[in-house]
Order: sequence, then C-alpha cells, then structure tokens
Amino acid sequence: MIETGVHILIRDATELDLGAIIAIDAQISGIEKTAYWQDAYAEYQRHKVNRVFLVATADDQVLGFIMGEIRAWEFGSEPCGWVFAIGVLENHKLTGIGARLLDDLCRHFKQNGVNKVRTMTAKQDNELLSFFRSQGLMAGPYLQLEKDLSD
Amino acid sequence: MKLQRATLLGLYAVLELADQPEQQLSRTEIADKFQLSSNHLSKVMRELGKAGLVEAVRGVGGGYRFSGNAKRTTLMDVISLFESFKPDSPDMREPGKHTEVGKALDMVMEEINETTRATLNSISINTLLMLKNKIAKGDTREE
Repeated sequence: MIETGVHILIRDATELDLGAIIAIDAQISGIEKTAYWQDAYAEYQRHKVNRVFLVATADDQVLGFIMGEIRAWEFGSEPCGWVFAIGVLENHKLTGIGARLLDDLCRHFKQNGVNKVRTMTAKQDNELLSFFRSQGLMAGPYLQLEKDLSD
Repeated sequence: MKLQRATLLGLYAVLELADQPEQQLSRTEIADKFQLSSNHLSKVMRELGKAGLVEAVRGVGGGYRFSGNAKRTTLMDVISLFESFKPDSPDMREPGKHTEVGKALDMVMEEINETTRATLNSISINTLLMLKNKIAKGDTREE
C-alpha cells in the first residue's frame, strides 16, 4: 500500500518500464505477454501523437500503467479515445492510482480533440467493470458480437 | 426487466441512507420521499438490517442509518436479498421449451440476462449516487 503523503508520479512509459508493466499485467491476467507488450511499446513509439502509454510510479517503482489511443471511424465510430489496457499492482489497488492514470489519459484525449472515451471489458471482469463504472463510464451505443469459428 | 416491489423499496432505502451516511432517517421519512407505504418498508428494512446494510438507531430522533460499504456494495447485492437473479434453468414443462425454437429463444434471453447481471454487479452504491448527483446538477446528457 502507498503510505499517506507518498508522491505518485504519472509519466510517459519508457522501454525500461516494460519489465514492470509485463509483471503487473501477468499478476492480473495470469499470462506473461512479453512479445505483446514489446510490440505495443514499439507501436506507441511510432504513433506517439495518437497513442498514449503512461505509468504511475512512486520512488521509481512502477505501480500501474495505462495504454490508449485515439482511433477514428472504426466500427463507424467518430474519433474517440480507446483505453486498451490498464493495470495496477495488486497491493496498490483502491488507492486512486487507476483513477489518476485514467484522468491523465482522458486529458490527453481532450487536448487532442476528442470528447469521448471508450473501452471494452469482459462481462465477468467485475473488478475492472466496477472501476470503469466508478469513473463515470456507462454502456455505449455499440454491441460487441462474436462467433465461434469452430462451429 | 422489471424489479419486484420489495426490491425497489430496498434499493431506494439503501440509496437514500447511503447518500446521507451521518444522518438517521425514519421509515416514514424514506417512505414519504419515494411516495411509498411505510408499512411495506418495515419488512424490507428488516432484510436490509439482517444483511448488515442498515442499522436501526433507537431513542429520540432514532431511525435507520447506512452501515454497509458504499464502495463495495453493488446493486446486485441489494437486489439478491429480495429476488433471485441466477442464470435461468429452463423449465422444460413450459410449452415449447423442449423444441429447438424454445432452446434458441432461451439462448437469446440468457444473453440479455448475462448483460443485466454484469451491469448490476458492476455498479456500486457509491457509483449510483455519483450518477444521481450528476442528474441533480442537471447533467442528463447521454454518455
């Protein structure tokens, strides 16, 4: 847990943060996705205007991360900011770090001309759904559909 | 989806008390606000009390106060005190349920129910009160 008064810094992610980001994501998802995060970071480097990759740190320790991007006209949607991934170390959850990360991401989106943020979560991921709900996100106008291709 | 009367009373009572956690409200005060029968509320308050969501305060100026955790208690926690919201197991005795059409319809209905359960499970008392405050400020734009 963060002690009261500990300064949380939100800053752009660097390559040196990748190990901690991969570890936090693995702690949450149970899967270590090294190649995915390396690709995600490379993409972030290539599209820095539209893509945002932030970390929350205290005393140089990465406690959480968020990644998002401004995308236009996919699924017929007007330009909006998407939150692709967010994660906070298990023992630092419910301390406001996720909210700070989301606030900073949304600020970036607004500064770059979009007024809507969207995300997608598993229906069963109650913790993440509750987090986004607590930050004011509500069901949007799109329905996600899928089909099992082995049918 | 339509909630049963007792469920709605339970939600109104919990939300009203959680919105003013330092205050005690009488059953009549809650009933008056939502134009409900105070008698109907009494059984509901007992259920909420048993679940640890409200506590009765005795004496002059007594009433009820919220005793749960508004960040951790979800709408589903309150609803499930009054009605079952588990996945439906289709009653094969109902007409048409044993047919392929009946089974396909059940699949679609369950898809709707699954979304409803996920929504109710993800909205805490605190989150709903934030939404209420937003409405009170006149911000009723569709998100």
